[in-house]
Amino acid sequence: MAKKPKNKRRDFLQLSTVTLGAVGTAAFIWPFLKSMSPAEDTLAAGSTEVDISAIEEGQSITIKWRGKPVFIKKRTKEEIDAAKMVQASDLRDPQDDADRVQKEEWLVLVGVCTHLGCVPLGQKVSDMKGEYDGWYCPCHGSHYDTSGRIRKGPAPKNLDVPPYTFLNDNTIKIG
Amino acid sequence: MDKNRKVHQFKNPVLNWIEFRLPIVSYFKKEYGDYPMPKNCNYFWSFGALATITLVTMIVSGIFLAMNYTPHTDMAFDSVERIMRDVNYGWLMRYIHSNGAAFFFIIVYIHIVRAMYFGSYKYPRELNWILGVFIFLLMMATSFLGYTLPWGQMSYWGATVITNLFSAIPFIGEGLKTWLLGDYNVGNATLNRFFALHYVLPFVIFGVVGLHVAAVHVHGSNNPDGIDIKTNNDSVNFFPYMLIKDTVAMCAFGVAISAVIFFGPNLMAEVDNYIPADPLVTPAHIVPNWYLAPFYAILRAVPDKLGGVLLMFGAIVILFVLPWLDRSKVRSCNYRPIYKWFMMGFFVNFFALGYVGMLPAEGLYLLIARVGLLYYFGFFFIITPFVGWIEKPSKLPLSISDVYAKNIAPNIGGGEKGIPSPAMQKDTNL
Ligand code: HEM
Ligand code: FES
Repeated sequence: MAKKPKNKRRDFLQLSTVTLGAVGTAAFIWPFLKSMSPAEDTLAAGSTEVDISAIEEGQSITIKWRGKPVFIKKRTKEEIDAAKMVQASDLRDPQDDADRVQKEEWLVLVGVCTHLGCVPLGQKVSDMKGEYDGWYCPCHGSHYDTSGRIRKGPAPKNLDVPPYTFLNDNTIKIG
Repeated sequence: MDKNRKVHQFKNPVLNWIEFRLPIVSYFKKEYGDYPMPKNCNYFWSFGALATITLVTMIVSGIFLAMNYTPHTDMAFDSVERIMRDVNYGWLMRYIHSNGAAFFFIIVYIHIVRAMYFGSYKYPRELNWILGVFIFLLMMATSFLGYTLPWGQMSYWGATVITNLFSAIPFIGEGLKTWLLGDYNVGNATLNRFFALHYVLPFVIFGVVGLHVAAVHVHGSNNPDGIDIKTNNDSVNFFPYMLIKDTVAMCAFGVAISAVIFFGPNLMAEVDNYIPADPLVTPAHIVPNWYLAPFYAILRAVPDKLGGVLLMFGAIVILFVLPWLDRSKVRSCNYRPIYKWFMMGFFVNFFALGYVGMLPAEGLYLLIARVGLLYYFGFFFIITPFVGWIEKPSKLPLSISDVYAKNIAPNIGGGEKGIPSPAMQKDTNL
């Protein structure tokens, strides 16, 4: 098995050349792959201020934030109670209602189904709201409750809560 | 250089000049002139040629569409409407292209059914089959990308749902999806890259088709009886016999596709795609293009995100290994009394899956999709290996000519023991 020293040197040179070539190729490919990631201007996170003074109890509005729909809902007493009654441990994506809101009556959600990205129904009075009276995704039948949590259907997660702050009682800043 | 190379001699001096420098003339003569086709091949064997013609038609109509199309979210929809209304013959280009895509899939599905029923995927054509499945995958990708371009509601939401499939992959899914989209949701970056890829993939397909055809020609075409060519008597030359036959098939195809292009150009289109994309409103029913619907049905049949995605991709990937799941040495289902029925059941099942894939996933439809899913995978994993093991195939003909010897009654041919006279054989060659 013992090779002559001369061969060892040749092996070493061969191996280091191939390695260098591989690393070089990878380094060359990287910028191309990386160029497909979101560009700087896309990343520059936008924020949106919303006037919520006109929203009645039980009403919900849809605004656009970073190209996505965001639902802002002023919940009724019954809806809040329904959301609070649920045991978090019984849920697919366990979360208490209190962890999903800053002020009880205001529910802010990214209106994108966590299954495959459709916009769930439930914003309009005439919309189907699903078996848990929150939102219903028509694409493959996911049901969300009055806290935007997944209760039935293929979606794995609750509707996202975007980062937001109350600037004052009548204005929310999203993002 | 090899000085002893024998250069083919042709009558035409120009061909000789080319042949001496690049032996492409003899290549074409060998592959498309003298290429021996089994003489028992039926019209199922014309669908490869039809698929090639359709691919070329798609590329040509696509390039002319691209001259007037604008890949920007603000302008894409309007530019397609302009193609339809203002560009000279733009409506024709677009209807050729959108219906051409549907017919492309019809043709390729028939082509695949042919390969499965007559066992063309078996030894020694496995690689040929693998390249074919690869073409099928590339076609699905291309047509998905193309469907995004008109930027209607179905374009937008179809793209959203399909790219979200990747987010089901644990850990890297979300990142992968964002990287594919170039944004956090389907947007201008997405439309731009989809156009770039939609432009280039058909040419990749063209290349793979070249390999696919070259691979068939190494061992020759299969045939309805699934037996090999043994003597010259078993085959006819591609030129002129198959060329003429394929031309007849092409005429019939031309009539069919023209009927749709001119009299029902939107039969296979979704009305919702004539509404501009709206990121805030999802259409009530998202339907995939019908030719992708069987796989969509599988996705929805599973009440789990990752599971659905895995089974959907699995349903395609499993095709790659079919040659190794089928242990039977007999190729053609015509000689496989049991497997034949399961095979036909597979085709019916696939059709049923496609049908429910276009309908809402609830109640009976969901049940059918689930049964269909079980049969789909059961067919590959259980039925195919098992039937190959227990089945007793019927007796194969000794040769391709022998098939005709049986079919032609002895009292017509006059030959003894039912063997047709040489004159008879000539007739059957035509
Ligand atoms: C494998 C071949 C191809 C397939 C299966 C295919 C498929 C499709 C499909 C399904 C559409 C959507 C049609 C609609 O609903 O309007 C489309 C659109 C489009 N394709 Fe292709 N395509 C192919 C080749 C090409 C090529 C080579 C180009 C060249 C640039 C091209 C350019 C376009 C353009 C510009 C559109 C948008 C205009 C429109 O929607 O009609 N395609 N393609
Ligand atoms: S996208 Fe909402 S259920 Fe599939």
